[in-house]
Amino acid sequence: MPSGVDVKGPKPTRADFATDQTVRWCPGCGDYSILAQVQKVMPNLGVARENIVFVSGIGCSSRFPYYMNTYGFHSIHGRAPTIATGIKVSRPELSVWVVTGDGDGLSIGGNHLIHAMRRNLDIKILLFNNRIYGLTKGQYSPTSEFGKKTKSSPFGTAEQPINPLGVALASECTFVARSVDIDTQHLSSIIERAARHRGTAFIEIYQNCNIFNDGAFEDFVAREVRTDRMIQIEHGKPLVFGKERRKGIRLRGFHPEVVTIGESGVSESDLLVHDETPQEPALAYLLSRMSYPEYPVPVGVFYRADRPRYEEIVEQQSIQATARFGAGSIERLLDSGETYKVT
Amino acid sequence: MSTETEVVPPRAKVTEIDTVVIRFVGDSGDGMQLTGTQFADTTALVGNDLATLPDFPAEIRAPAGTLAGVSGYQISFSSRDIKTPGDQPDVLVAMNPAALKTNIGDLEEGGILIVDTDAFTEGNLAKAGCKTNPLKDRSLTGFRVFDIPLTSLTLQAVAEAGLTGRQATRCKNFFALGLVFWLYERPVDYTREWIEKKFKDHEQMAKANTLALLAGYNYADTTEVFTNHFRVRKAQLLPGTYRKITGNEATATGFITAALLSGRPLFYGSYPITPASDVLHELSRFKNYPVKTFQAEDEISAIGAAIGASYGGALGLTGTSGPGVALKSEAIGLAVMTELPLVIANIQRGGPSTGLPTKTEQADLFQAVLGRNGECPVAVVAPATPADCFAMAIEAFRIATRFMTPVFFLSDGYLGNGAEPWKIPPKSELPELDVRFRTEQEGFQPYLRDPKTLARPWAVPGTPGLEHRIGGLEKEDVTGNVSYDPQNHEKMVRLRAEKIARIASDIPRVEVFGKDSGRVLVVGWGSTYGAITSAVEELQEKGRPVSSIHLRYLNPFPANLGDVLRRFEKVLVPELNLGQLSMLIRARYLVDAIGLNKVQGKPFRVSEITRAIEELLRG
Repeated sequence: MPSGVDVKGPKPTRADFATDQTVRWCPGCGDYSILAQVQKVMPNLGVARENIVFVSGIGCSSRFPYYMNTYGFHSIHGRAPTIATGIKVSRPELSVWVVTGDGDGLSIGGNHLIHAMRRNLDIKILLFNNRIYGLTKGQYSPTSEFGKKTKSSPFGTAEQPINPLGVALASECTFVARSVDIDTQHLSSIIERAARHRGTAFIEIYQNCNIFNDGAFEDFVAREVRTDRMIQIEHGKPLVFGKERRKGIRLRGFHPEVVTIGESGVSESDLLVHDETPQEPALAYLLSRMSYPEYPVPVGVFYRADRPRYEEIVEQQSIQATARFGAGSIERLLDSGETYKVT
Repeated sequence: MSTETEVVPPRAKVTEIDTVVIRFVGDSGDGMQLTGTQFADTTALVGNDLATLPDFPAEIRAPAGTLAGVSGYQISFSSRDIKTPGDQPDVLVAMNPAALKTNIGDLEEGGILIVDTDAFTEGNLAKAGCKTNPLKDRSLTGFRVFDIPLTSLTLQAVAEAGLTGRQATRCKNFFALGLVFWLYERPVDYTREWIEKKFKDHEQMAKANTLALLAGYNYADTTEVFTNHFRVRKAQLLPGTYRKITGNEATATGFITAALLSGRPLFYGSYPITPASDVLHELSRFKNYPVKTFQAEDEISAIGAAIGASYGGALGLTGTSGPGVALKSEAIGLAVMTELPLVIANIQRGGPSTGLPTKTEQADLFQAVLGRNGECPVAVVAPATPADCFAMAIEAFRIATRFMTPVFFLSDGYLGNGAEPWKIPPKSELPELDVRFRTEQEGFQPYLRDPKTLARPWAVPGTPGLEHRIGGLEKEDVTGNVSYDPQNHEKMVRLRAEKIARIASDIPRVEVFGKDSGRVLVVGWGSTYGAITSAVEELQEKGRPVSSIHLRYLNPFPANLGDVLRRFEKVLVPELNLGQLSMLIRARYLVDAIGLNKVQGKPFRVSEITRAIEELLRG
């Protein structure tokens, strides 16, 4: 069960999670769709609004908390995971969400993101990846393609982009997923799974910035090509894609290859079967690096694991110490150490 | 535990004195901090007043025998009330030539010098840059020199414990400690018990160290090296229960007490940094108290988490030193904008940049008062002595929660590491910390202020019907919604400033030590209290027209400060910086404050302050 569960009272609706604030994203921005899916999922979780906190940093995506009728904290650039950590450790019963972007989470706040994930706090991190800086009007981001021409790179960038899922996996994150803003059904199902995961859940959401990086993902997310150029990975199922469901991914050594079922003797049993919960996240890493046009772009849950949560361990230590030494009091505290009396 | 020791009736002559200053110096691997701490603990238990000054290099183990590796621990103890670890040692215990060379200049004329002759090898002399052996070149004739082969005596004494030669050699600090215990009539019991506890899983080490300790004591007692030993009677301290406490221990204890008094848990976010790490070590021990510690990935995360915890209803605390505060500045601004209670403890050290990590300084006052973008006022308090860290830690949270504001707690390396006897206050004397959350839905507005304090309500997640959003963008008055309105911005900037200014009516007025008007007023803050007060006291006894005040509140200043300043002809401000408090005083009160400034990584000597006052009185 997700944190902050409260089954009392009438079930809230999607509208209960909307605020009276005017949403100020640019018309056509992918953020609208993500907001809608989060508001749609919330009533399903059985968590009272007052027990939910949305925390964000700085950037377009970070305006998100203003539009959620829950508790919200719009903090400073890159630091949302730190604020969320303090909330979760001091109030483990709350449902804590972090909304961040590719610049906020992977550039200025990269350090906090990796450490929050390795601690496995029970927080949910939504990283909106639009591969550009939107709020500052169009500079390249750490996920921008190599050589991309932007306002701050008129001759093309000289930087290799970072792989967000690879960062999450290397940080020992226990729930690593990807979805797309416009695939609303897939997105809402992944958000709901993340909410129900116990531990840090990280979702990279491909999000279109129609002003500064329009069509960044169009080559593979466009409705008419999506089935051929993307692949939905599902636990225990072979990696099959394409309109006809005839294409698949086969593993040759450490190298994934695209094959067609029925051609050159390939049958479905030759295909790679997805496993979300392997001993080691090597497969998830391999999948996270598959990119268009060489491969279909995978979405879904890449990896998950069950590990103790940081805030629970901390809480447990307090309980054990109290059982062993008795609860502290002012008198005991002040008189600890070597005392002596002067008369 | 027992503090009684059966002291063998001394054959040596006993001389009574009222105050002694001892400095133990050696290589940073020689255990001088431990030796000094043990001496201080026993000295507290026998009832003397005391003050300590640990002084160690930033390197954990600088090359052995070099000048850079010298570590020292000075303690002053007395039958009278004392406030400083002493200007100059009367006794110097030097474990090698480098330690002797770097410290001999401080020893009083005619002072006692105890040296380990075994350490004065050609190699060690060369490492210390001594062209001749000071034990033989007659350069020490002005002192009472006791040259003792400490290392070889220790090796003989601990032989039966069966340690390796290297391990056995490392027991020599206990030999030296035993010797000094005898010299000043201190019992060895406390240290014996400590050794047994410390090495309970290492029987050989426990045995060897005990043997070394007793051997040192007995050596002094039975040989006729020392013809004299010294008695320092119990100090006339106020009746009560005491414990010896360092500033950092008192700081941690004060913060935990604030949690217990307020009924809110303490959350400490910190990243290891000298000299603040001891606060983290100390707080992380108290798991059976409402205390959670979080060793963050960096300074920013440490404060971010503390802000998150405050938002969640805990007492959010972050602790660091100057370089860490620099990294936290933006987040402090966030706490100012979101008007959440937060305490930032800065255990100051020498700056700028990495500066002098293990040395003391007071140069972060501007940083605390002014060091952020925008108009960003916070409250600033500063403890005056190691034990005062306890009271001011509680006070910091009282202000933070009452006014919903970040509060700086400005300690420093000298206060943090220094120790003194602390009279444990009875619970009834502790302040009340009345902390309330807003729960009422009717009329709730996130930025609707208390008419008296201007504090906004503390409405924490989990409270039904009070769901709201806060953040770093400018807030609309009352509603707390994002606002870019020019008039609203000015109003909010002024409201935040006014809220901090109003703290002045909630804190004690400053009290004058001495006559409340006259020729010279000495104004201090923070760790200079002991030296300033000792100097002023000394001159007052001679009838000089000098008084002093000590500021424990730096922002806002106590309400009567301006009046007090104007009643004196001259104002002297001693500070371990280039004049930060004096500039604030000049700016605020248009008073010609004269600075006495020192930035050597060391506290003031009393004599430096008396000299400056005398000069002003003459001028």
